[in-house]
Amino acid sequence: MATSASREQVETQQTATPTTASGPTAIEVSELNLYYGSFLAVADVNMSIERNKATALIGASGCGKSTFLRSLNRMHELVPGARAEGTIALDGEDVYSPTVDPVAVRRRVGMVFQAPNPFPTMSIYDNVAAGLKLNSRRIKKADLDVIVERSLRGANLWDEVKDRLDKPGSGLSGGQQQRLCIARATAIEPEVLLMDEPASALDPISTLAIEDLVQELKREYTIVIVTHNMQQASRASDITGFFNIEAAGQPGRLVEMDTTEKIFTNPSNKATEDYVSGRFG
Amino acid sequence: MEVAAPRLPRYRHLPAWAPWAVYGAALALAFAMSRMTGVNVALLAVAAVVLAGLVVHAWSRTVEGARQAVDRTATLAVTSAFALALVPLVSLLVTVVRKGAERFDLEFFTHSLRNVVGEGGGAVHAIVGTLIITAVAAAVSVPIGILCAIYLREYGRGKLAAAVTFFVDVMTGIPSIVAGLFAYAVFAIVLGPGIRLGVIGAVALSVLMLPIVVRSTEEMLRIVPDELREASYALGIAKWRTVVKVVLPTALAGIVTGVMLAIARVVGETAPLLVTTGVITSVNTNPFAGRMMNLSVFAYYEYKTPGVPPEPYFARAWAAALTLIIIVLALYTVARLVSRRYGTEIRR
Repeated sequence: MATSASREQVETQQTATPTTASGPTAIEVSELNLYYGSFLAVADVNMSIERNKATALIGASGCGKSTFLRSLNRMHELVPGARAEGTIALDGEDVYSPTVDPVAVRRRVGMVFQAPNPFPTMSIYDNVAAGLKLNSRRIKKADLDVIVERSLRGANLWDEVKDRLDKPGSGLSGGQQQRLCIARATAIEPEVLLMDEPASALDPISTLAIEDLVQELKREYTIVIVTHNMQQASRASDITGFFNIEAAGQPGRLVEMDTTEKIFTNPSNKATEDYVSGRFG
Repeated sequence: MEVAAPRLPRYRHLPAWAPWAVYGAALALAFAMSRMTGVNVALLAVAAVVLAGLVVHAWSRTVEGARQAVDRTATLAVTSAFALALVPLVSLLVTVVRKGAERFDLEFFTHSLRNVVGEGGGAVHAIVGTLIITAVAAAVSVPIGILCAIYLREYGRGKLAAAVTFFVDVMTGIPSIVAGLFAYAVFAIVLGPGIRLGVIGAVALSVLMLPIVVRSTEEMLRIVPDELREASYALGIAKWRTVVKVVLPTALAGIVTGVMLAIARVVGETAPLLVTTGVITSVNTNPFAGRMMNLSVFAYYEYKTPGVPPEPYFARAWAAALTLIIIVLALYTVARLVSRRYGTEIRR
């Protein structure tokens, strides 16, 4: 479906966003097209995601940010009819290679969702331990205790729940549930943590807690965060990518990607400038 | 100085007891008139309620206004419909309890009908048969039904899933006698005509149970939010483990409730057992050898072929009916308790 117009777009985009990558690359996306059935939802994405940085993806609703994010750990293809073309290289290995097991990809690229979704049948402890226990790896109870505590501490939740680890996770507040989900995702020690609007269902205080957490988490993980909230992107991220669609029914494209500071102060693209200054979207 | 007219319309209320007093008085009057004149009480009661409804409507209209009057009438209409629906149910329960109580004694639950002519005897052979046949039917159809539902909801795509769904729907509508004849025919081909075994009845019942189990389980799996499946996949948990460890536990209470209701639905079946399990007067605990009695066929035969005098036979039939109702009630109660005790709160 690569039209000549879209090729032009790629070229302008590549010239418009010179590689600012300073750190090592964790994920290299090239020529990525994402489809729902025959509908091209995201077109021609080329992107380098740097290790131990927080990368924010911004853009209006329906521009394909979430679809793109879900393609990074092969969650995109879980939607019936959805498929991906192009390559996403995780440490140089194409995750879309036919011989790669998507389950193995997801163990290295974890994900936190928009709405907190702890497993309702499990306790707080079991929620955090779920990724390890359900993968049937044999783990000693003592080791598991250590991992659960470390993950909950990492998610700034330990002090709030240490006395009720055996209580159901659904009994926590929304913000606590979301941090529980972050603890659950980090317990399996992924390399990359994807966050799909992790704070959009939360109040401002819980949102701030999540943003602070992102700052801490990026020491150990590479973070990709989709957000509608531009203050959030400017506060919490190092690199920002702007997605846009030209019109309804058109595929979403990565318009510009640069350091967060540059995107928010001096973007090279007019559409980016309009968006971050609130003139549309 | 003139007080401004209130801008929100005011109205007075009838006292809360007023309409019910009118309806009650009308019903009491209907009963009294029926006593005196001998006219059918139901007829008079209906006429009384209609008249009382008109009176309350008119009264409410003059005091409260048109909208409240319509509300009163609508309240009466839905309440009457509810009461009307309750009449046959209550009547049935009262009849069965009253007539069944006569032989609802220790002997009924400790003796079979072996060598019993006339009074005495019991239905222990039928109770044992009902429990065994239903248990075997459940043992066959519950695992198959749940696995089938898991296939349909979690794995099935395309033509095969559509075909399975279609045939499950068709199976739901199979008349129970057809299920009985089918099961009998299958066994008769192998074991020869005239064969009567408990297990044939169990097969017939499982044919009836299967679609109910599939349908209810599928519904329960459907209301497990996809977010939970995605959360599990995102942890790198394989699909079958997600189904077993995340989806099934979340839906468990609902599935158990559905299974209980399916069992309750078939435990009182008569027609398919009539043609498959045969009639016998002694206890048989082996579903794979010999005829096997069950409660509904027991009740049917006691009523259809009584001795002389027939009263003890009729009494046993009613007691069997009461026992069956109690078993069904117990199953429903367990289903309710399970869903209340272990029901997982599913958000959204």
